[in-house]
Amino acid sequence: MSEALREPWDSLRRQREAASFGMWIYVSSEALLFAGLILAFAANRFLHPEAFAAAGRETNVIYGTVNTLVLLTSSLTMAVGAEAARARLRTLALRALGATLVLGLAFLVIKGFEWREDILQHLVPGPGFKLDNPETQIFFALYWIMTALHGLHLTGGLGAVGWLSWQAWHDERPLRSPAFEAVALYWHLVDIVWVFLYPLLYLGGRT
Amino acid sequence: MSEIATPHAPTAPARPHAGDSYLTAEQGIASWFLTTDHKRIALLYMAALTVFFFIGGAAAVAIRIELVTPAADLLSADGYNRMFTLHGLVMVWFFLVPSIPNTLGNFLLPLMIGARDLAFPRLNLFSWYLFIGAGALLLFALVAGGVDTGWTFYTPYSTTYSNSYVLTAALAVVLVGFSSIATGVNFIATIHLLRAPGMTWFRLPLLVWAIYGTSLVIVLATPVLAAVLLLVVAERAFGLPVFDPARGGDPLLFQHLFWFYSHPAVYIMILPSFGVVSELITCFSRRQVFGYSFMVYAIMWIAVIGFLVWGHHMFVSGQSLYVSLAFSFLSFVIAVPSAIKVFNWTFTLYRGQITFEAPMLYALGFIGLFTIGGLTGLVLASIPIDVHVTDTYYVVAHFHFIMVGGAVTAFYGGLTFWWPKVTGRLYPQFWSRFGAILMFFGFAFTFFPMFIMGFLGMPRRYQVYPPEFQVWHILSSAGAVILAGAYLLPIGYLAWSLFWGKRAGDNPWEATGLEWQTSSPPPRDNFRSPPVVDTGPYDYHPDGEGPHHTERAPHRMQGRQT
Repeated sequence: MSEALREPWDSLRRQREAASFGMWIYVSSEALLFAGLILAFAANRFLHPEAFAAAGRETNVIYGTVNTLVLLTSSLTMAVGAEAARARLRTLALRALGATLVLGLAFLVIKGFEWREDILQHLVPGPGFKLDNPETQIFFALYWIMTALHGLHLTGGLGAVGWLSWQAWHDERPLRSPAFEAVALYWHLVDIVWVFLYPLLYLGGRT
Repeated sequence: MSEIATPHAPTAPARPHAGDSYLTAEQGIASWFLTTDHKRIALLYMAALTVFFFIGGAAAVAIRIELVTPAADLLSADGYNRMFTLHGLVMVWFFLVPSIPNTLGNFLLPLMIGARDLAFPRLNLFSWYLFIGAGALLLFALVAGGVDTGWTFYTPYSTTYSNSYVLTAALAVVLVGFSSIATGVNFIATIHLLRAPGMTWFRLPLLVWAIYGTSLVIVLATPVLAAVLLLVVAERAFGLPVFDPARGGDPLLFQHLFWFYSHPAVYIMILPSFGVVSELITCFSRRQVFGYSFMVYAIMWIAVIGFLVWGHHMFVSGQSLYVSLAFSFLSFVIAVPSAIKVFNWTFTLYRGQITFEAPMLYALGFIGLFTIGGLTGLVLASIPIDVHVTDTYYVVAHFHFIMVGGAVTAFYGGLTFWWPKVTGRLYPQFWSRFGAILMFFGFAFTFFPMFIMGFLGMPRRYQVYPPEFQVWHILSSAGAVILAGAYLLPIGYLAWSLFWGKRAGDNPWEATGLEWQTSSPPPRDNFRSPPVVDTGPYDYHPDGEGPHHTERAPHRMQGRQT
């Protein structure tokens, strides 16, 4: 088992502080990445309210809602996993991390089914688009970009959680390692981004 | 400052030769390409940036040769577009943005605050590989056929009409952006958490403050660039229309999002130069910097207000006049902290014991060139004048005065100042001074004529122009020859110094920062014993009144080794 304390730190407490603080800074950066896209969405929604309402009714609210619940639950298991690792409760930590992996994968699978249905319904902008109003294509352009980028972030999160779980499982990473908490913070960011995307994409046209 | 007794390795006894210089502590190719030492990574960055500086510089040479005559002779119209795009893309994202932070900053930041390394050493190495990957992708785009949109990627040209490698170049810029963000995160965490005992926030050297402000801007602005370029990529690659006017999209939205990053990016490029120049001016005038706390506030003020002025790039885009007025006003507001800095440097010189070593010559040149660049920025911030000179050489001259006359001059100044610390060698002062003076005149010679021809109406980005502008273009191209010589000269004498230069002591300039208390070059762990600090920086005349200007004042080191 390798040592939890790394260069250039003198104490694990300080190193943990740095891992969390660094991740918070990165999270603020990621927040602005999605904020840029959400701003583009908001500006276009302001310019074309009718088209955005009509297009918003075409998204699949069932899949969206189920996925929201799945992802929120995964944040719970992720938080349990990180805290359990910190308290060095090995079994609980591994189970919670495993549950996080399963829920994250479930999100992507459900999202895959939803994307498939969107394609079958001709909701990809371009010739043969389902709706007549060309401005609705802007809504779906942003729908595809934002959900794809979110999916990409979730895939990255799955990779990180999977890697940490693998290392913890094989006793290659001590449970006191600050990495668990840092990855958990990232996971919550991905979750919170979805909390913004869900109402914008699925609820906006249905109020 | 000589209590360097038996050096005890602070931690990690397994590390080889912890007391040796970082250059010799480990040997072999892998010890460089897999290093987590911030000093070695700084050198890796320096090597990569030198390559990109040559590529971007070669494009500038092609542009200046083409513009010697009013007709098109060297390049096709399309080739010319690709050439200035290459110049802009490479110089902005692969040289200027990372120049001072990733080389000098990477090297000096831990040394200046008394740390052993950056907070996340492996992230630091990762950011270099990301930079190299992005650079390779950009080079592929340039070799495969180039990009003709200009560095600004304006839509709808970039999304719909351009028949060039926009996609690859945009992805390369997104990638290099994440490399910047990684570095920014690392710097912020390091400054917050790894300062030596007693190194309080208001005892930080101004270069550290400047890098802190820069990192904040990098972390908060760069992701927006990534977002908007991803929208361009999506529109080009997958036909997802966000900016397509035919489907109700708004090309102006692109400009807003793009400049939301790209104006703060100007401050990413110039803030580190402010930090470097503050170090040089204080050292070679043997004076405490005038108004330290206001220098700090000015840095942070610029970092914050820098986010609120992007609309001044869009005065002729058709945006609301009231919006333009607000952005114009804020652009005047942001000139105030820059002016504070210029005045404070000048006051630092006042009654100082000025000596004219090469770094000081660069710094003094910086103040002059930056002042001209800044004042013409105010001219451009006034809407009526901006409408007149938009997209002319006046604008080209203005931003080159800031970014080349300012940032590149400061980069060379910092390089000559810290070169003895980085390599442990001194270079010939005569050639170095000559190079500094040559750079000032070469620069002014190249870019000052652009103000005149720009004001007379010479538009930017044109290869064929009316013959009455030829005299200015010839002046400018002739100056560029001198400037190129001034850029190449240091490469010669610095390389010479590596082999034949005299050994530099720990502190050849008698400067006060913590980085000057360790050996040159520093050991792998930076300090043989952990430093502590009990005074502010730049204590060049600890006895209160400075002595007569013919006598060199005593100084006191910031902090001491325990």
